[in-house]
Amino acid sequence: MRDLTESLIELIRRTSTDLSPDVQQSLEQARDREERGSAAQSALITILDNVELSRKNSTPICQDTGTPIFYVRYPEGWSTRRLREQIRSAIAAATKKSYLRPNAVDSLTDKNSGNNLGDDAFPTIHFEEVEGDELTVELMLKGGGCENVGAQYSLPNSQLGAGRDLSGVRKVVLDAVQRAQGQGCAPGILGVSIGGDRGSSYYASKEVLFRPLADENANPDLAKLEQRLTDESNQLGIGPMGFGGKTTVLATKITGRHRLPASFFVSVSYMCWAHRHRKLTVRGEEVSYE
Amino acid sequence: MKTLTLPISNEAILDLHKGDPVALSGVMMLGRDTVHKWLYETFVRQTRQPQDDDLEVYEAIKPLLNGGAIYHCGPVVAGLDTKDYRFVAAGPTTSIREEPYQADVMRYFNVKAVIGKGGMGPKTLQGCQDAPGVYLHAIGGAASLIAQTVVKVLGVHKLSFGVPEAMWVIEVKDFPAVVTMDAHGQSQHAVIEQQSKAEFERLLAVPF
Repeated sequence: MRDLTESLIELIRRTSTDLSPDVQQSLEQARDREERGSAAQSALITILDNVELSRKNSTPICQDTGTPIFYVRYPEGWSTRRLREQIRSAIAAATKKSYLRPNAVDSLTDKNSGNNLGDDAFPTIHFEEVEGDELTVELMLKGGGCENVGAQYSLPNSQLGAGRDLSGVRKVVLDAVQRAQGQGCAPGILGVSIGGDRGSSYYASKEVLFRPLADENANPDLAKLEQRLTDESNQLGIGPMGFGGKTTVLATKITGRHRLPASFFVSVSYMCWAHRHRKLTVRGEEVSYE
Repeated sequence: MKTLTLPISNEAILDLHKGDPVALSGVMMLGRDTVHKWLYETFVRQTRQPQDDDLEVYEAIKPLLNGGAIYHCGPVVAGLDTKDYRFVAAGPTTSIREEPYQADVMRYFNVKAVIGKGGMGPKTLQGCQDAPGVYLHAIGGAASLIAQTVVKVLGVHKLSFGVPEAMWVIEVKDFPAVVTMDAHGQSQHAVIEQQSKAEFERLLAVPF
């Protein structure tokens, strides 16, 4: 089996230092929308200057390079044990090169491992065998500030008057945005999962963040709710960094999971403006990045 | 744009108001979650006995914090092997986690400026009035840009806390930030929270 370690280091470098064009474009539109000379616009100008500088110098866009979350889709014949080893050594090497910050802290001893490697869930790696002969590795870096403002609701929620339907989903998601204020590094991107158990629901709310910013949900009801939640979040006026302004959320992505009759969870993963995600594809000898 | 030089005088602090952009220069210290808990328990409250090099570090950071600034930041640092340290990425971390400790730390060490992102709560706002001091909001995620204002890494205390949690001592030139909480009791975060809460209540009442 071929060794992908070098390609994985390159995937990590790109993810940490080179913001994807769809997120950058969305931030540029936000900058042009905000009032001229406002704190909101000034924050977005700084953000975009930083995006360019990070790309030019191959330095992290944000110092919190987060929990690296990998999704590996591999054709038959690849060893997931070896792929795991290669991903872990790529993480350690990328940390040495300062593309990543050493982030893995033992919760019981408070000791930072120093090389970004923790237990089996740090980095987080999901494997799935797929048909065909193409291997893809998707990587997302999600920092702690935005992770901390994520929220999970169990419906019905009488305080918000939220029942077990899309109207209830709308209310709790807006509540999460309102509570987050600027602390998740607004403007954010909302990943929302309806259903599942507590664990699978949170996972799904992160997975849905891999969707391109501009794509439309195949389910027309969810597509409508996504647009409405983005618009109404922006009406809250929290603005970039919580300074006040027109842009609080850049996009909303919603997915559904089957649930137990007794449970109705809504999970919200808040992604900061520095939505760092990239993809590596291996086709025969050819390696490409997007 | 107002320029601020560390250490900062009370006069300079009282001259600052919510909304003022500032450029900060001088020597300051990084400190976030582990540091605040350590400062608070070991020195402010003294519920924990000093251990290892605690007292030595205390003597070293006391003059830095007196009239100084504490920056909520866990940087990406190059040169760890050679100790020829260089900041590669150094944006602010979310400050609200230090809310239980910050005001007491400000009063105890005479800290004039707390730098971070996301703002802080009523306890810290009171701390800003007492010290007197200010909360300076840096742009979250602007890590490469802010690292360029770090002229020199002068040293580090408690590297055993880990790279993101250690007390890095840095010299900055024209570090960009905005005053969002001032010594006159004004907080931009309190204003936005109140306004957005009212808008949220209105949206809750809108039929689906």
